[in-house]
Amino acid sequence: MSDNMKSVYGNVKDNYSFKIKLKSGILVLWFIILTIICLLPIYILVINATRSHTDIANGLSILPSDYLKKNWSTVFTKPEFKLIFSAFHGYKNSLLITVCSTFLTVFFSALTAYGIHVYDFKLKEISYSVILLVMMVPMQVTSAGFIAFMSDLKLTNTYWPLILPAIAAPGVVYFMRSYMKSSFPLDIVEAARIDGCGEFRTFVSIAIPMMKPAIAVQAIFAFIASWNNFYTPNMILISVDLKQKTLPMMVSALQSSDKLNDYGAIYLAIALAIIPIIIAYVFLSRFIIAGVALGGVKE
Amino acid sequence: MASGAQRRIKSISYAKYGYLFILPFFLVYFFFQMWPLINTFIVSFHGNGKNVEAWVGLQNYKDILFGGTRKVRVIHESFFQCLRNTVILWVGNFIPQLALSLSLAVWFTEAQLKIPGKGFFKIVMYLPNIITAASVAVLFLQLCGQSEQTPGAINLILYKLGIVTRDPGSKLYDCIPFIDGVWQSRIVIMFIQTWMWFGNTMIMLMSGIQGINPSLFEAASIDGASSGQVFRKITLPLLTPIMAYTLITSMIGGLQMFDIPFLYNNTGTPKDHIKTVAVMIFQYFHAQADENKMGYAGATSVLLFFITLALGLIAFYLTRDKDEIAKKKQRKKIAQQAKRESKQFGGISI
Repeated sequence: MSDNMKSVYGNVKDNYSFKIKLKSGILVLWFIILTIICLLPIYILVINATRSHTDIANGLSILPSDYLKKNWSTVFTKPEFKLIFSAFHGYKNSLLITVCSTFLTVFFSALTAYGIHVYDFKLKEISYSVILLVMMVPMQVTSAGFIAFMSDLKLTNTYWPLILPAIAAPGVVYFMRSYMKSSFPLDIVEAARIDGCGEFRTFVSIAIPMMKPAIAVQAIFAFIASWNNFYTPNMILISVDLKQKTLPMMVSALQSSDKLNDYGAIYLAIALAIIPIIIAYVFLSRFIIAGVALGGVKE
Repeated sequence: MASGAQRRIKSISYAKYGYLFILPFFLVYFFFQMWPLINTFIVSFHGNGKNVEAWVGLQNYKDILFGGTRKVRVIHESFFQCLRNTVILWVGNFIPQLALSLSLAVWFTEAQLKIPGKGFFKIVMYLPNIITAASVAVLFLQLCGQSEQTPGAINLILYKLGIVTRDPGSKLYDCIPFIDGVWQSRIVIMFIQTWMWFGNTMIMLMSGIQGINPSLFEAASIDGASSGQVFRKITLPLLTPIMAYTLITSMIGGLQMFDIPFLYNNTGTPKDHIKTVAVMIFQYFHAQADENKMGYAGATSVLLFFITLALGLIAFYLTRDKDEIAKKKQRKKIAQQAKRESKQFGGISI
């Protein structure tokens, strides 16, 4: 290799790696800007939750203040707030509804997927096609009939219409079936039968443990979806006591905030609704990101 | 391999468990979703207000789609206004969202680039998606406050940047009306929707890009293709199905847009220029007993249902299991061939 060649080769190489470095640098900068945009509203929320009304009205701050305790007592003792917002009842009700419906969703979806995957029966293909077809029908479309039917049954203002429909989750069934297709051999069922295991017990003690990854991912998504649900509770729980409302319903009552007239306390109330789920997200983010990549679950 | 007879015996003895296992799903589905859907159709053929029991046929649809007397024209106009709002809000959030997520997905998956903390960026960008939409709406309502004495955080930032002015005498801020302004409030809602969903779309597109055979990218890089060429000639064409799927699911989601347009106001009633079809349906069946518009709510839902159904069928067609269909065709072919052969040998199979 002549000297000339060497220098040209070296230049090209330097040029190439320089280009890559430059591009990476610009991209990192852009990602940092996006990160700031993603976090800024939440950051302002947390900071303002610790500041007084007059501070917030007068300007911004990047550092927390020491008004948290005062705001806390305003949220929990002031009559205007007590009338529309009660964080602990909200947590309790949301948690009750969410835990029940998450359990029902994953258990019955796994059961349905198992039934379709393992057994051969006449309506097998048809029932699976039906499940795929109805996956896309949104709640908003059926809501007029749903509310009319529920009020006929006198089920409005109860939690049943919020919990029981979770049994039928077509999207989750689809996901579980795809998972079983790739990693649940039917020989295991045969083996269990030979050992004298009943069909339901095979499902509970063999299939469920084997499907743990899929169940975990879907449980997380079902939990988030149910926790964040505002439309259905707002539609069903029409005239209930504050003590029976869910957390999103309570937060939504803060919107007409002119009457409350204390920004610090309003920010704190919103923060109380948002922070728990962010903390949970920080711990579970790895599973969640993997789950989105796998299933493409859209609300 | 099990022979035909064995298979038959198996199906006889275990088929009932198959039905038993899928029964709860279908029972609940019928009771809580199918029947309400049918009920929506029934309701849509009935009257409104005090006439809820009366059968009116297609009158509700006629009113909504074509208008009529002055009282009815309000509903007709309101429906098309809401439909237009829904489309505007959806288009205005989908285009920036797709551009942003597609570029991010390509950059995140490009092997040559050395970007530290990819996992961290992904986690942060997905974060807005898990926060309760209702809380997000109320939070942005606070941040976008437009009160003259006590503006929200965004107007204060703009004041610091010199865009918003303050009257020196009365000390009142000349705020940008992020809540009451027609386009200002629409832009805020588009921003919120993009903010909430771009992380999700990005991760879906990333998994799509990672599904592309890496040897294609290697070959392109050996042939000296620039990253722009790789994107246009390889990534984009091979990503079309998943992008189409994203488009359709986002459209269906956009049609249901409810929480944020419903809550983004500080009077308790949604503004006309950001009211979506879902909000309109909700208001119609939620009005006071004598003034409810159950029939109109039902008819609007049915119209929404048919739009969603058309979109859903397209998505179903795009994402069906192509391998399975090919396999089925092959199986059919083999079966036919076997039949033909068995005929050749006088019906005796060998």
